[in-house]
Amino acid sequence: MNTTFVLSWIDYAIMLIYFAFVLGIGWALKRYMKDASAFLEAGRSMPAWVAGLAFISTNLGALEVMGMTGSGTKYGMLTTHFYWIGAIPAMVFLALFMMPFYYGSKARSVPEYLKLRYDEKTRGLNAILFAVMTILASGISMYALAILMEKVLGWNFHLSLILSATIVLAYTYLGGLSSAIYNEVLQFFIIVIGLLPVVFLSLKDVGGWHGLQEHLAPIVSSKGFAADTWTTTWKYTGSAKANPLGVEWYGIFAGLGFVLSFGYWCTNFLIVQRAMSAESTTAARNTPLIGALPKMFIPFLIIVPGIVALVLMNTPDKNFSLPLNAAGQPIYDYTIIMLLQHYLPAGVLGLGITALLASFMSGMAGNVSAFNTVWTYDIYQSYIRPVTGDKASDDKHYLFIGKMATIFGVVVSIAAAYLASMFGNIMDFLQTIFSMVNAPLFAVIFLGMFWKRTTGHAAFTGLLAGFFIALIHHGITFPEGADTLVKGGWICKMHAYPVEMAQNFWTAIYAFSTSLVVTVGLSLLTVQKKSVEELKGLVYSLTPKLREEKVAWYMRSTTLAILVLSIATVLTILFW
Amino acid sequence: MGIDIKLPIGLMFTILGILLTIYGLLTNGDSVLYSRSMQVNVNLWSGLGMLVFGLVMLFLAYAQRKSKK
Repeated sequence: MNTTFVLSWIDYAIMLIYFAFVLGIGWALKRYMKDASAFLEAGRSMPAWVAGLAFISTNLGALEVMGMTGSGTKYGMLTTHFYWIGAIPAMVFLALFMMPFYYGSKARSVPEYLKLRYDEKTRGLNAILFAVMTILASGISMYALAILMEKVLGWNFHLSLILSATIVLAYTYLGGLSSAIYNEVLQFFIIVIGLLPVVFLSLKDVGGWHGLQEHLAPIVSSKGFAADTWTTTWKYTGSAKANPLGVEWYGIFAGLGFVLSFGYWCTNFLIVQRAMSAESTTAARNTPLIGALPKMFIPFLIIVPGIVALVLMNTPDKNFSLPLNAAGQPIYDYTIIMLLQHYLPAGVLGLGITALLASFMSGMAGNVSAFNTVWTYDIYQSYIRPVTGDKASDDKHYLFIGKMATIFGVVVSIAAAYLASMFGNIMDFLQTIFSMVNAPLFAVIFLGMFWKRTTGHAAFTGLLAGFFIALIHHGITFPEGADTLVKGGWICKMHAYPVEMAQNFWTAIYAFSTSLVVTVGLSLLTVQKKSVEELKGLVYSLTPKLREEKVAWYMRSTTLAILVLSIATVLTILFW
Repeated sequence: MGIDIKLPIGLMFTILGILLTIYGLLTNGDSVLYSRSMQVNVNLWSGLGMLVFGLVMLFLAYAQRKSKK
């Protein structure tokens, strides 16, 4: 079937206007880029709402939009577990309990926090892993974008790759982190506004939410599930076999709600960097909370149309189908694109495509701007050329290095994109590695912030042990029907999980628990080398409590946190 | 850091809003174009929505600038 879109002049006009503004923002910021701090930390000057929207926008990359819409088709409203239980509690925790230490410690990155709290080797391990993974992630995002442009717009793969890389390079080189953040805010609005017509039209097509439920019942029943499985969230999680996710409620709760989400939201520098750029401690704490407000409603924007797509696929006169892969299976990641094509006429179609392109590019820009910070501060400044003490020349030098790292990051991303085009499995492989690295990191940072006894040797060993156990677990288990060893079972096939998701959850749970036990055990056996004075501002019990009296009651972090948690609870009950 | 992001956001959505609104008006009743969207003139509605959003952003930017002076 034909997946290529026919775009008209108006669609291209919308795209051009958007990219003119993207580059314009970079250009307007150029004159403020006087030192490394302005370029790499946005001068710690962002208002909470800007940082908050950027915070959520970084996560709302195109792979997320495409993946979550596809998951909506595959799993229905159960996909909201990635939001209401799988993101909100972690974001609130980050805001209330962790941001004061990340921000207050004056660390400029997550690895640097590890250096201040633990020691050089823990920082080094984290910094190098993060730098490598970020660049690979950026390359994969680039590859996915170029494939999309080739398939959907009929553009040349190589040209698309170079063109998008050039745009990203231009605005991150000109305006650094500020430019990335401001563009993420712009992207947030274009995604929401660009996708709203699809939500509206798809729901109208099936007769609203109730119409959707009625249409779904026979389709879902024929798959062997209860009729309302696709429109409920917790109702059928009593047993793994009763829901399409293939995970029970406690697996969702512990794996997704705790280990995976806390590992992602609370330790990923890409995300935390947005909150670190805020103008004050209160703004830094409010950043994840302000981000959480729209985050809760994103399921209606991207998951609901995905559910409608399931109805369309099973209704022959709607004339809707997904492209098939080589094995004859539908490519669920293309659901959103097929919906855009199905419902949108010229005009809003251009808007929808622009929204997707925007989210791809801001994903890359986010990765590049996190990479250049970690490279400049945690690798270059620590191991290659330490601060000399001459502030003026240091500022100039590290700004130059930051800019060079930006170019280097984009160039290596392009190389990684070609690598991804040669080895199709590299995406699966990387996602697996990510989940193995994040969970132990959360255990170590969590212990570091809340238990002053945790030592550097213990943290370092804990990180390695958690990663090692994750590898072993992945090596001896596999999801049913796995066709490659990338999915697991490369040591022996000891245990089979019903779906890949279940395997990921349990990998993370084992990694986290191991890391926690090893770090606690070794901390008790080793000597704490950091003095109480050194740990002040880094550990909960040694830091004076934050006072918020000067802040209006409705802008206090606790007020916002209660609001966020209440809305999440109401949504959970409504769609139970 | 220097710029007020509300200004470019407001400006962009105002421009895009005007563009889509005009396009929507010109193509109003084009049953071939709007067959995909079940004859809803989504261009006109999206255009108007974006125009309102853009103008609100511009107004907020203006109000903030004024109160700072």
